[in-house]
Amino acid sequence: MAEGAPLFKVTIDNITVEVPAGTTILNAARKIGGDVAPPAMCYYSKLQGSGGKCRTCLVEVSKGSEKDPRPMPKLVASCRTTVMDGMEVKNITSPKVLDARAGVVEFLLLNHPLDCPICDQAGECHLQDLSYEHGKAGTRYEFQRRTFHKHDLGEYIQLHMTRCILCYRCVFTADQLTAKREHGVLDRGDHAQIATFIEKNLQNDFIGNVIDVCPVGALTDKTFRFKNRVWFTKPVDAHRDCPKCSGEVQLWMRGDEVFRITARKDEWGEIKDTTQGKPGWICNECRFEKKQVSDWVIEGPSKVNRQSVISANHYVGVQKPGETFENVMDGRQPRLFMDIHSVSEVNKPEIQLSLIEGPAHSDDFEVNNKD
Amino acid sequence: MQSLTNRAKPVDRRPMNFMERMYLPAVLKGMSITFSHMFKKAPTVRYPDETRPFSPVFRGLHVLNRDEEGRERCTACGLCAVACPAEAITMEAAERKQGEENLYREEKYAAKYEINMLRCIFCGLCEEACPKDAIYLSETFAPSNFARKGFIYGKKDLLIPDPKTEAADLAKAKGTN
Repeated sequence: MAEGAPLFKVTIDNITVEVPAGTTILNAARKIGGDVAPPAMCYYSKLQGSGGKCRTCLVEVSKGSEKDPRPMPKLVASCRTTVMDGMEVKNITSPKVLDARAGVVEFLLLNHPLDCPICDQAGECHLQDLSYEHGKAGTRYEFQRRTFHKHDLGEYIQLHMTRCILCYRCVFTADQLTAKREHGVLDRGDHAQIATFIEKNLQNDFIGNVIDVCPVGALTDKTFRFKNRVWFTKPVDAHRDCPKCSGEVQLWMRGDEVFRITARKDEWGEIKDTTQGKPGWICNECRFEKKQVSDWVIEGPSKVNRQSVISANHYVGVQKPGETFENVMDGRQPRLFMDIHSVSEVNKPEIQLSLIEGPAHSDDFEVNNKD
Repeated sequence: MQSLTNRAKPVDRRPMNFMERMYLPAVLKGMSITFSHMFKKAPTVRYPDETRPFSPVFRGLHVLNRDEEGRERCTACGLCAVACPAEAITMEAAERKQGEENLYREEKYAAKYEINMLRCIFCGLCEEACPKDAIYLSETFAPSNFARKGFIYGKKDLLIPDPKTEAADLAKAKGTN
């Protein structure tokens, strides 16, 4: 926004905020933050042209502006509607909005398979959060859910078309970040699907960012596929010198193994800005190839929301009590009755799941049974 | 001080009378209680030969379930492990390959699944968390063992017999044969 642009006063859920002209209601609400900000499944502030598709950010405008105080006749998509001076918006204070949003969630879930136990996105899925917070428990849909032919997108990206909600974020990402977009939405209506028409690998640099922008589990990291659940891995901020991107990433680690690398996310689930102030998209090399701790300079554990399942069983600030046995018993070591690692079949040191390309299969475990 | 229950009795400190000093009536009274038990039904059972019926909500040793076609139900979603307050459950997942559809119900399955029975407190939260009806707490105890390593239960200890190929074993395990 240019210097000296007029500031508009807008009241959202009885909280007044001043924003420059041209700001959308959604961004004004995000400026207030908290529950007032409407959820968004398709709008992505770092992608131009995104938004207006999923209808989860519907709000009620009860007063159009100071000059024209008539309310807007219908609920509006807050990601595409700009604010006016003196506008009054109702989000969570309007029962109409909450009801409409529950309907939108039901529509989004019509064809969404309930395979969260299998899906790698579970635990950080926006659709999971959305349906938990705004949806209804049941569904009234009685028909077969749509299915698609499996479409292979290469060694990096796994596509599950049945989970897609057609938000178009990945299309914008490929358009705006990579040299050439090779996938798109084919067909119409119920048959609309993300595909490459002629089966083709997605290998353009920076194409890995479609994984981060995907709000559901439709596009997931194939190098992380089925390796672990996100809530068992620990997010750690790290960086490296990368000639192509900022190199500022989040490692998802378990012990000393790097299971997954993603860009850092902000509180809205969008890519965070880097320390240089640019959007922190990361390149394919950083995301898929650097799965060793030695590749990275670790900054420290990422801040995880207390409410998130990712913070489950992560103990922060624990002070391990000192071993007293040796002092009391004149330097004698305590006798271990069992070393769990010698008995346990899980987390074998010789099998590095994080270094296997793609998901592990039965033979990956059998090889290690022999030696 | 006000008593809480009104059942407190003051101690009787009078000197004993003649009958009390003889002790014999008190001994006989006590022995009559002892011998009367010989004619009552014994409350104990001779355990290994006889067992008491379990309550239907008893939470014993875990089993990993199979579906009617003998495929493993567990998809290694990790919800049991995250629900476990004792952190006793660990697992490693793998992708089902072509040709393994008769072994595993879903695309993803638990290649390794382990319960540390030394840590387990048999609270049943894993059973409650399971979205796939895969883990159940059965009506049996974890058998005793001399070594601690015998309490690390892997998949081969937990999985129920295949209802198609090992129907007799399954019936035996269920106690229905």
